Amino acid sequence: MEQKVKEIIQHYHGDKSYLVPILQDVQKEFNYLPKDALCAVSTQLSVPISRVYEVVTFYKAFSLKPKGRYQLSLCMGTACHVRGAELIAGNIESILGIKEGETTEDLEFSFETVGCLGACALGPVLVVNGEYHGHMNIAKSTKILKKLGKKGATDDDQD
Amino acid sequence: MTTKIKSFDELKSIQERLKAGRDPKKPCITICVGTGCLAYGTQKLVDNFRAELAKRNLTEKIGFRTTGCHGFCERGPMVVIAPDKIFYQRVGLEDAAEIIDKTLLKGEIIERLLYVDPATGQKVTREDDVPFYKKQTRLVFGLNSKVDPESLDDYLAIGGYTALGKALTGMKPEAIIQEVIKANLRGRGGGGFPAGWKWDSTRKAQGDPKYVICNADEGDPGAYMDRSLLEGNPHLVLEGMIIGAFAIGSSQGYIYARNEYPLAIKNITLAIEQARQAGLLGENILGTGFNFDVKINRGGGAFVCGESSALFASLEGRAGEPRAKYIHATDKGLYDKPTNLNNVETWANVPFIIDRGADWYASIGTAGSKGTKIFSLVGKINNTGLVEVPMGTKLREIVFDIGGGIPGGKKFKAIQTGGPSGGCIPEQYLDMGVDFDELTKIGSMMGSGGMIVMDEDNCMVDVARYFTNFLVSESCGKCVPCREGVRRMRDILADITEGKGQEGDVELLEKMAAAIIDGSLCALGNSAPNPVLSTIRYFRDEYEAHIKHKRCPAGVCKALILYSIDPEKCTGCTLCSKVCPTGAAAGERKKAHAIDKALCTKCGACRESCKFDAIIVR
Repeated sequence: MEQKVKEIIQHYHGDKSYLVPILQDVQKEFNYLPKDALCAVSTQLSVPISRVYEVVTFYKAFSLKPKGRYQLSLCMGTACHVRGAELIAGNIESILGIKEGETTEDLEFSFETVGCLGACALGPVLVVNGEYHGHMNIAKSTKILKKLGKKGATDDDQD
Repeated sequence: MTTKIKSFDELKSIQERLKAGRDPKKPCITICVGTGCLAYGTQKLVDNFRAELAKRNLTEKIGFRTTGCHGFCERGPMVVIAPDKIFYQRVGLEDAAEIIDKTLLKGEIIERLLYVDPATGQKVTREDDVPFYKKQTRLVFGLNSKVDPESLDDYLAIGGYTALGKALTGMKPEAIIQEVIKANLRGRGGGGFPAGWKWDSTRKAQGDPKYVICNADEGDPGAYMDRSLLEGNPHLVLEGMIIGAFAIGSSQGYIYARNEYPLAIKNITLAIEQARQAGLLGENILGTGFNFDVKINRGGGAFVCGESSALFASLEGRAGEPRAKYIHATDKGLYDKPTNLNNVETWANVPFIIDRGADWYASIGTAGSKGTKIFSLVGKINNTGLVEVPMGTKLREIVFDIGGGIPGGKKFKAIQTGGPSGGCIPEQYLDMGVDFDELTKIGSMMGSGGMIVMDEDNCMVDVARYFTNFLVSESCGKCVPCREGVRRMRDILADITEGKGQEGDVELLEKMAAAIIDGSLCALGNSAPNPVLSTIRYFRDEYEAHIKHKRCPAGVCKALILYSIDPEKCTGCTLCSKVCPTGAAAGERKKAHAIDKALCTKCGACRESCKFDAIIVR
């Protein structure tokens, strides 16, 4: 882990002002920000761990907990909201049995709502591991979860 | 381009050579690969075109260009074929071969890919005749469809970097600033502060080095014009920044971009690299002795970082908390040095002002707001997309002529401008010309140019709650009135939408709003109550229906509505009973169904599935 962090920091020439992008790259590498990685960043950049922690907890993009195998992000931008994204969020939460921002215990699914993705023509938009699914509705979201192997997601193949 | 361009004259001759090498009559396929169109799976269509052209040995004869966003996102994937500018929309990913064989080789038009004007029912063949484009003035954004964002040659061939050459070789820094002041270019990021005055203050400030920053932390939900500019025409933004840096006397620039915009970051990174290699960036730019370079920094996903002092904190690698601005950023900004911050669209306007002059620029727009503005027209609108119009264009023209009106024959209710801190504008102001001052007058603001259209099915109290909720999670927490006050407002709004509203709530909200505006440091807190205030101002009856009559007139707020089935309309198709997760919707085949209100969770699945509009929500 320390070696990996070292490589990332070297890419930014050890410049402290790049703390946010460095942490983004670390998160990309490990899928979340493990404590040991944060300590390594702190030591190698000579930034106090309290400062690193402050930054990590300030910005929304960072997660201190591991994320699921399937990461679902539902756009909650205004355009998606007025097109009924909230009902879709309710459906996903009830099927997965978790709230927005949480991960299922088996580490299969993470569900989060995000600000605008800028694909408003497709709204509401659900992103599954980086893949966009547009014109989302309740039935389609059920279908996607079923396809990903979530038990209890029933649908009647209506689209 | 691998050798450095050493002078303005050399740049001009390269532009001429590139222009001469391009036959405007040569057939060329242009395809939009902006983020919006890529989300439709357009990359596959691009691959298919390349493969089919190669298969037919046509790669020399027929040009092929991938470009950034054209703006008409609703109709992607989009293909435009030069020289006649034939416009194909909603192109299937497997349509490449047919387009090449029929349209390019035989000159036939493929009818099914043409746009149908819903107003007349007529098919439109040429891009320029599509009403969505026809009524726009695509000064800045129109260049997107002319260049491949990965090609510096493309940008040079349309005269790119001429303004830079002109500024560096023929103008004194003070003269450039005067030109920008004369053009009255106002900041497109939200504040609307005159860019020229800001440049002037930064130039005159004591301190070294001076920084220029491009704010590409476009956080307003429903706004994506900055991303589309940065991703579709990165050299234009860069050229504006270099001119600004020369005028201000800066040698170091930053672009602060949202991490959620990977394609924009990729394209601007490439553009910076190309500009450096071509001698347009870095040391001794165009052989004039002027040095300037740009670094890119990615944000961490915090709305408040669009605020200047929070953005500086984030650039320095700290949590993005704003500070009091007794001292302006132009005196002490990034690392406490004089700093000039403008957003993407503002920088993109600069080359036009220098190239064509302030008088020409100031001839567009209204008395107080010059030039054009790019709006992102989204929500309940037929033609979702990015729209560029002169300042002062009427809202009605934008919504109905360009946007094509509201889908499904629904009634227009409001248009929200200015992002989460903006306001909702009702129908009575549709004939107002949109500019910085007019929007402020009616309790909204320009913001970065988001326009979210709402129809009769949208509840304005719910919308106010939505925006306030957004701001609760985005408040950095430094000022108590913003941190606690906005949260409390959200709670009151939530109560109202849940049927727990009380007499006096509206007045309390208004009182709290005044205190939050007074007691917050930065623009986030100052404007956080706007969505609440503007909805109270124009839609007070909806608040009262929720509070006094425990009703949600739009049928949105779950606690105040009931689902039922219209037995007249229900055909007994059983679809609703299949999708209902709780078994509340039930009935016999071919007989009218009913909803058991005790079991109903109001999830909306039945209403979405019903093909006969038989589900009543009231």
